[in-house]
Amino acid sequence: MSARAGNHKGPLLEVRDLHAGVAEVEILKGLDLTVNLGEVHAIMGPNGSGKSTLANVLAGKPEYKVTAGEVIYEGSNLLKLTPDRRALDGIFLAFQYPVELPGVREREFMKTALDAIREHRGLEKLSVREFNKLFQEKIAQMEMSPDLVKRSVNEGFSGGEKKRNEILQLAVLEPKLALLDETDSGLDIDALKIVADGVNKLRGPSRAIVIVTHYQRILDYIKPDFVHVLIDGRIVRSGGPELALELEAKGYEWIKEAVESGERLSV
Amino acid sequence: MPHALATPDSYLTDFRTFETNLPDEGPDWIREVRQQALARFRELGFPTARRGNEKWKYTNVGPIADATFSYPFDAGAEVSLSDIRSVAPWDDGWATVVFVNGRYSPALSTIVALDGVQVTNLEEAVRADGDVIERHLARHATYEDDGFTALNTAFLRDGAFVHVPEGESLQSPLHLIFVTAEGAEPGVSYPRTLIVAGARSELTVIESYVSLSSSRYLTDAVTEIVVGDGAQVEHYKLLLESEGAFHVAVSRVHQGEDSVFSSTFYARGAAIARNDIQVLLDAPGSSCTLNGLYMTSGSQHIDNYINIEHAKPHGTSRLFYKGILDGESKAVFGGTVLVRPGADKTDAHQEDKNLLLSEKAEVASKPSLEIYADDVKCGHGATAGTIAEDAIFYMRSRGLDLETATAFLIKGFASGILDKVRVQPLRAFLEKLTTKALWGSRFGQAS
Repeated sequence: MSARAGNHKGPLLEVRDLHAGVAEVEILKGLDLTVNLGEVHAIMGPNGSGKSTLANVLAGKPEYKVTAGEVIYEGSNLLKLTPDRRALDGIFLAFQYPVELPGVREREFMKTALDAIREHRGLEKLSVREFNKLFQEKIAQMEMSPDLVKRSVNEGFSGGEKKRNEILQLAVLEPKLALLDETDSGLDIDALKIVADGVNKLRGPSRAIVIVTHYQRILDYIKPDFVHVLIDGRIVRSGGPELALELEAKGYEWIKEAVESGERLSV
Repeated sequence: MPHALATPDSYLTDFRTFETNLPDEGPDWIREVRQQALARFRELGFPTARRGNEKWKYTNVGPIADATFSYPFDAGAEVSLSDIRSVAPWDDGWATVVFVNGRYSPALSTIVALDGVQVTNLEEAVRADGDVIERHLARHATYEDDGFTALNTAFLRDGAFVHVPEGESLQSPLHLIFVTAEGAEPGVSYPRTLIVAGARSELTVIESYVSLSSSRYLTDAVTEIVVGDGAQVEHYKLLLESEGAFHVAVSRVHQGEDSVFSSTFYARGAAIARNDIQVLLDAPGSSCTLNGLYMTSGSQHIDNYINIEHAKPHGTSRLFYKGILDGESKAVFGGTVLVRPGADKTDAHQEDKNLLLSEKAEVASKPSLEIYADDVKCGHGATAGTIAEDAIFYMRSRGLDLETATAFLIKGFASGILDKVRVQPLRAFLEKLTTKALWGSRFGQAS
């Protein structure tokens, strides 16, 4: 089912009965998810269902607290790791709302990040020349203005530019597990195609991609292997790409009702 | 009126010694200025941070008033050029004038290619070029209401005199270095600078206060800058005193018609530092830009007291200061943009932003505006914030550790000021120093 890299055998990511929330409010209420290398998963759900919470918990955002369950990444407990250690180990979160970093230059930021990641993987640091070449290629691929990246990270960027910048960073850092949190929101159709192209180029046997989205639109351009429906903190249904189309046609209410009646039956 | 502490007798004794040792020559007027300044100091004493004294409300100079500083301030060891280069920015193309513990050092000074610009020790200049000096010295930095200025003026002898004649321009920066060397006991120096930029002249000048000492001493500095009609003066001041030092400085700037003055203040050292700048836009169409970056840690205290006076129409002023505070340090920002009646079409903005790295660091930032003219555009603001947690998480999610992420954000904050430094070797020096200072204060000695 999946190609495997490194010494670790088994799934890249296993989320088991995860309960998590923020400020004493439980948002994830027993979530299960297994992701293997080479796969693209889409997690779909209405607002407030816990999509962003899942993405942020996996990336290690401090204000999110895990109250029960476990997350196993490459065979070990992910939850005890700092956010930077998770990034070094190959997790990348494309933010729903990318943060502005006044006075921090994109190029310097990315060079420092890539240096740290390569060092962690036992690879040589890229020289400034090698890095600049790589960076220019990715900028061109994302059809971003070369000027944009000399500016402070995300400062004064439009919503679409910020999202494109996330995928630029993803392309530079080449993680094993890419989490895309509502990357399609705020993008016009041209920008969406560029972003999707960028993501599709990164598909491969040594990487897994998890797309968190409210709408099916982005899945027209990035075809998922699996679609999961997240409602009220739990994955209530999983299937193939056709599930996304069904959701698009019937809306979330349909599945909510189906789930509620199913739950009553199972009690 | 400022309230006064008791004036220590030691300053009066020092003055008698000082006067006895002065060379005989020199015009009468300067003797009178010294005498009057001393008399005024005896009346004023040192200011106190008592209520009602807005000018010194948040800064207690008690530790300065209570201490005894020896004068003259003898350097224990010989100071070499390489000593100075280890603490001050340097470029071989700059003309450099060095003062050690307040005294002019011809041996350490290198005055290269001066394009008709006069740069001399004030003491000699008073004799040779009395007219220009008499017209300006102690006229802009008046000692009537300021004890520290009065004291500096009483001990007026050595200092930098820079005169750029009408229409002339100095191609490379001029660097005035006031270095304090380790003395046998705590000493005081009275650096004095007078810069007169004639009409349509151009000058870039760096005023550095550096230290080879780690102990306690007092620098009581006064700078007067006259920017003639259509002249352009770019001024940098570096306050890099030792951590135990007291630095009290007054800068007075007088601007002529359509003149342009820009100043960048950079502060890292000193236990107590006072940066009192006053710019008088005294003719139509003049503009000034005052940038500042101060970094404090431990129990350091810095007081920026900056006043801009728009006296004539069509003036522009921009004030942009940033502070980075760690430990239990404290920063004060005060002063007023005053728009006089008739100074119509004034365009003024002042802003002080602070980044607090520690819960115990403290800011008292009170920029203010007083407007008595019509049709003006004025604004001001003051902020104090901490490192943004969401920015830290964003950077860590890319693989940067907490220390690196924090350092990036702090450097980013500082870059708003440092990016505007136009003298390249100076900018490189300050960037390096900023990084070093931050790493020293935040993350131990490593860098």
